[in-house]
Amino acid sequence: MPGAREQVTRLLALVPYLQAHPDGVDLDSAAAEFAVAPTQIVRDLKVLWFCGLPGLGPGDLIDIDMDAFEADGDGVIRLSNAEYLARPLRLQSSEASALVVALRAMREGSPETSREAIDRALAKLEAATSESASAEVIDVTSRDPRHAALRADLERAVEERHQVRLDYFVPSRDENTERVVDPLELLEAEGNSYLDAWCHLAEARRLFRLDRINGLTVLDQRVLTHDVAPRDLSAGLFESGAEDLLATVRLQRPARWVAEYYPVESAVELEDGGLEVQLRAGDPRWLVRLVLRLAPYASIVGPLELADQVSAQARAALAAYSG
Amino acid sequence: MTANKSERLLNLLILLLVTRTYVSKERIREAVDAYRQQPSEEAFEKMFERDKDELRSLGIPVETGSADAYFDDDAGYRVTRDAFELPAVELAPDEAAVVGLAARVWQHAGLAEATSQALLKLKAAGVATDREAIDVVSPRLVADEPAFDAVWEACQSRTPVQFSYRRGDQAAPATRHLQPWGVVSSRGRWYVVGHDTDRGQPRLFRLSRVIGAVAADGEAGSFTVPEGTDVRALATSLAPEQPTGRAVLLAREGAGHALRRRAASVAPAEAGWDRLELDYADTSTLAGDVLACLDTVVVEEPTALRDVVVERLRVLAGDGA
Repeated sequence: MPGAREQVTRLLALVPYLQAHPDGVDLDSAAAEFAVAPTQIVRDLKVLWFCGLPGLGPGDLIDIDMDAFEADGDGVIRLSNAEYLARPLRLQSSEASALVVALRAMREGSPETSREAIDRALAKLEAATSESASAEVIDVTSRDPRHAALRADLERAVEERHQVRLDYFVPSRDENTERVVDPLELLEAEGNSYLDAWCHLAEARRLFRLDRINGLTVLDQRVLTHDVAPRDLSAGLFESGAEDLLATVRLQRPARWVAEYYPVESAVELEDGGLEVQLRAGDPRWLVRLVLRLAPYASIVGPLELADQVSAQARAALAAYSG
Repeated sequence: MTANKSERLLNLLILLLVTRTYVSKERIREAVDAYRQQPSEEAFEKMFERDKDELRSLGIPVETGSADAYFDDDAGYRVTRDAFELPAVELAPDEAAVVGLAARVWQHAGLAEATSQALLKLKAAGVATDREAIDVVSPRLVADEPAFDAVWEACQSRTPVQFSYRRGDQAAPATRHLQPWGVVSSRGRWYVVGHDTDRGQPRLFRLSRVIGAVAADGEAGSFTVPEGTDVRALATSLAPEQPTGRAVLLAREGAGHALRRRAASVAPAEAGWDRLELDYADTSTLAGDVLACLDTVVVEEPTALRDVVVERLRVLAGDGA
């Protein structure tokens, strides 16, 4: 029964916690610490009230002042007579690993002074959990440290509701743009960090990839309220419109990954191990650059105007190499 | 009812914790009301076995041994405090503060829960993990590859696995057999590192390329990770991203930003152009980056890179002609 499992897990932490505070813990504070409703804590205490040394004779039961929760009580939990549960259960392998990985991830992006504190904490935790944590199971490789400062500024801007001026790189146009945005939230999707924000330049909501932000300034101006719902990213990040250009692209085997990376409307296996896919391009320039990047393993089958653009761009680039 | 079961489990645990010697099943039945009230020996045994498994699944180390010093076949049970209790952890205020922040890192429900549980236990042991003002970034760790959960579990329990895997340049998937040593995250993508039992060598697999379910291919605890294995170093060596060369490129003024941002140096060259120097690991990949800049970036050096770019442009220019 999942209910008992969850409750017992909590009881095993609740008893040592309460005994560490012999003067008592306010019910609401305890409930907040354990992330449950105060009524749940009272139910937990009622279970504990019937627990104790074998035989459950006088002096065996866990001692709790239940009157504190009557109408005229002070709402303070006082628990004693449970020395056998003076300390919580040890960390499970997965709990220790999850915590250690989280700390290692924090370490990567943090300034030097904080890294030192994290390292000390990690050393102590690893010593305390060596029996239960699987050794060397998990690790996290580095995140770009430039992102740390960027992220910190953006988190602050989101929390304090300030506008931000971004210097943002747009790959499909190979352009650096400057724009003022109203930050909504930071989110992670598909391996990247994004800022979800209202863009005053586009006059629309946009996602800005953090690794494309060259620089930013948090402005004094406050954000105007936006009536926005959280983004539904369940179908992925790529938002294509029905009016977007539909292109047919032939991918040879080394470029097959394109079909996994970008959403395609259809994919047909070819005899040589390649794929012919149809995909939508809101901005045809993006697709032209992609086909150039993938050369010689990709080509545009249609529309012809797009295929012509590719060869025209190639000829223009080739001109720089003659001579 | 939840409350009754919780009460019974807790009383069983207390009994096993306070005993000095192993407690026999008979004694257990006598000592716990709910067991004593069972209509038959069989009913009690069934209930007790399930409860014992439940305690073990919570991570409580229920030991078995002989309850009677003289008769080996009198099975008994106990929980020793050393094995049960969280060891002493003394964290300085700044250490406790960073640990408290770890709660927000995982965006994976199961591991966020595991982290919260860990923190709750630390709190219950007297570690004050309240957030102080500390200059630390809380990154977000995402793990949404379908294969992640099974692989994480297999790493924890040391269970060999088998799965279908397709590399990007292959048409057909192949079945792989692995003793998973650890998972590694790089740029938001998860990989598993371990001993590939078909090839007899360490290998790295990207979890997003695993197709279908990851199945157990042996018993838990059936292999050991070699002494001194550094999962992180191994992952880096198996999928090298270290730069091996330096390229010199010309970029039109005000253009070629994709490469400018990565350049080790940028200096003015002839009229309207800048000279970029950048480090790179793979010729083909950099050639692709140059081509994506269209006519705004030209390769000067090395020749190998220049030749690849020119060759590809010729193919592209010929297309549709």
